[in-house]
Amino acid sequence: MSARRIFARPARFAAIAPYLWMALFFLVPFGFVLKISLSQTAIAQPPYEPVFDLTAGWAAIKAAFGALSVDNFKLLVSDDLYVFAYARSLTVAATATAILLLIGYPIAYGMARLPTRWQAVAMVLVIVPFWTSFLIRIYAWINILQHDGLLNQILLALHLVSQPVVWLSTDSAMYLGIVYSYLPFMILPLYATLAKMEPALEEAAADLGAPPGAVFWLVTFPLSLPGVGAGVLLCFIPIVGEFVIPDLLAGSNSLMIGQTLWLEFFTNKDWPVASAAAIILLVVLLLPLLLYERVRRRQLEER
Amino acid sequence: MRKVSRLSRFNVASLALGLAFLYLPILILVIYSFNASRLVTVWGGWSLRWYREFFNDRAMIEAAWMSLRVAVASASIATVLGTLAAVALSRGEGFRGRTLFSGMLYAPLVMPEVITGLSLLLLFVALNAERGFWTVTIAHTTLTMCFVAVVVQSRLGSLDRSLEEAAMDLGCAPVRAFLLVTLPLIAPSIIAGWMLAFTLSLDDLVIASFTTGPGSATLPIRIYSEVRLGVKPEINAICTLVIGLIAIVIVIASLASKLSSSQGESAAPL
Repeated sequence: MSARRIFARPARFAAIAPYLWMALFFLVPFGFVLKISLSQTAIAQPPYEPVFDLTAGWAAIKAAFGALSVDNFKLLVSDDLYVFAYARSLTVAATATAILLLIGYPIAYGMARLPTRWQAVAMVLVIVPFWTSFLIRIYAWINILQHDGLLNQILLALHLVSQPVVWLSTDSAMYLGIVYSYLPFMILPLYATLAKMEPALEEAAADLGAPPGAVFWLVTFPLSLPGVGAGVLLCFIPIVGEFVIPDLLAGSNSLMIGQTLWLEFFTNKDWPVASAAAIILLVVLLLPLLLYERVRRRQLEER
Repeated sequence: MRKVSRLSRFNVASLALGLAFLYLPILILVIYSFNASRLVTVWGGWSLRWYREFFNDRAMIEAAWMSLRVAVASASIATVLGTLAAVALSRGEGFRGRTLFSGMLYAPLVMPEVITGLSLLLLFVALNAERGFWTVTIAHTTLTMCFVAVVVQSRLGSLDRSLEEAAMDLGCAPVRAFLLVTLPLIAPSIIAGWMLAFTLSLDDLVIASFTTGPGSATLPIRIYSEVRLGVKPEINAICTLVIGLIAIVIVIASLASKLSSSQGESAAPL
């Protein structure tokens, strides 16, 4: 189509401004993180030794390359504190994502089975909490979970417990907060694939005698896998780096990597170590992303 | 024929429970913001006391003002850049570096905020930029333009291209066709994108913490430092005000998308 091609040219020009913006404020900063992760900690402002000084000439730059050190990375790998923080982040994210999938799937499935008119309403209802400040939503749970909060009051009134239960600063509270905050991120991609699915496929399986369980596991679930993958990624990756929810709801005895990075940065003011921690986190998170991309591409090729 | 797609009781129950789970805590928070009692958990009758406390709290008001200014500025820049990006991605057709471009646009959507915040701060320090209003605004623009791009792109994707093609076949220059035909058609999603960017910026704590300077805290930063010290009734009132503001924004956004669906095509989600 000729009109299409005519349109494509100015449309490409539209990319210039956002391209430059993202390159400058998203791509380039990672270069700085990498650079600082390789420098030494210094008691100065800013608190690291500069690695490159472009004004000093070529010889100085060559010397600077020699001065690059991987000490921060060695520290991160050898210190139990950090190793535990990475392990805990991955465990928490995996557990929370599994819970999210278990809770989110029936909700998304219920939405996709609603009459079309109501699907739009349900969708808005799921999205609205996503628009509401997540800090406020976590805070709402603190209100409920605290020592003399609503939950304990109800449990005491019903004589289910004899004295207030400690909910705050526990892992259960943290999981609750994470699941609560990320639920829309799981529901929406699941709903998107379930709603697009052809109901005739499920009906055909049922007509051919498959019991409802078999229809679900042999037809519905496999067909919804792209949505499952998207939902899992959309939840897992940010949860690994989560800082606020564990900080406000979990106990302080075992930290996640997001909290460790934050402490290293703001409290210990060790920018090089914080940068190195961020680089490792980035690498750890790139692996599931690349894996997902590969699986998705293979699925596309099979079709 | 057996019907499988019928709504079962299990479907309804899981949906109802899910929605109750999402809304009850917020509802409880709003109710307790009108509590007269100093103790957050004891009901002492209806009162606007904590709202008065908030309007007398200078530090909080200043933080709220800072947040509003940042949200308006960053949402506006993000809407322009995000819309341009969406146009390039859906109409540009295979330009050089397209993969990198779309990668950069989607990465911030999933990237943990601590990483984005840290990397932007290190850039600002290296550039020797004074941290405050503009650094937070730039950081929020970077994050939210990706959301705008996704929203606008989904609308562009569902748009009937024959309309722009017809305009060009009739002798309209591409830019003119875009301004006269495409832009009015995607306007509701652009408005929705602005609203989303606005609320995301208003909400952000982590990136703002990294990129702001001393003396220019945003509202979430203030709320966060108060919440860490324990529950205060005043915070309930502030949170309710924020929820109210966002509710207004959502109503406007949904009116905008309703406007677009009454023009024919179904509106893009969000």
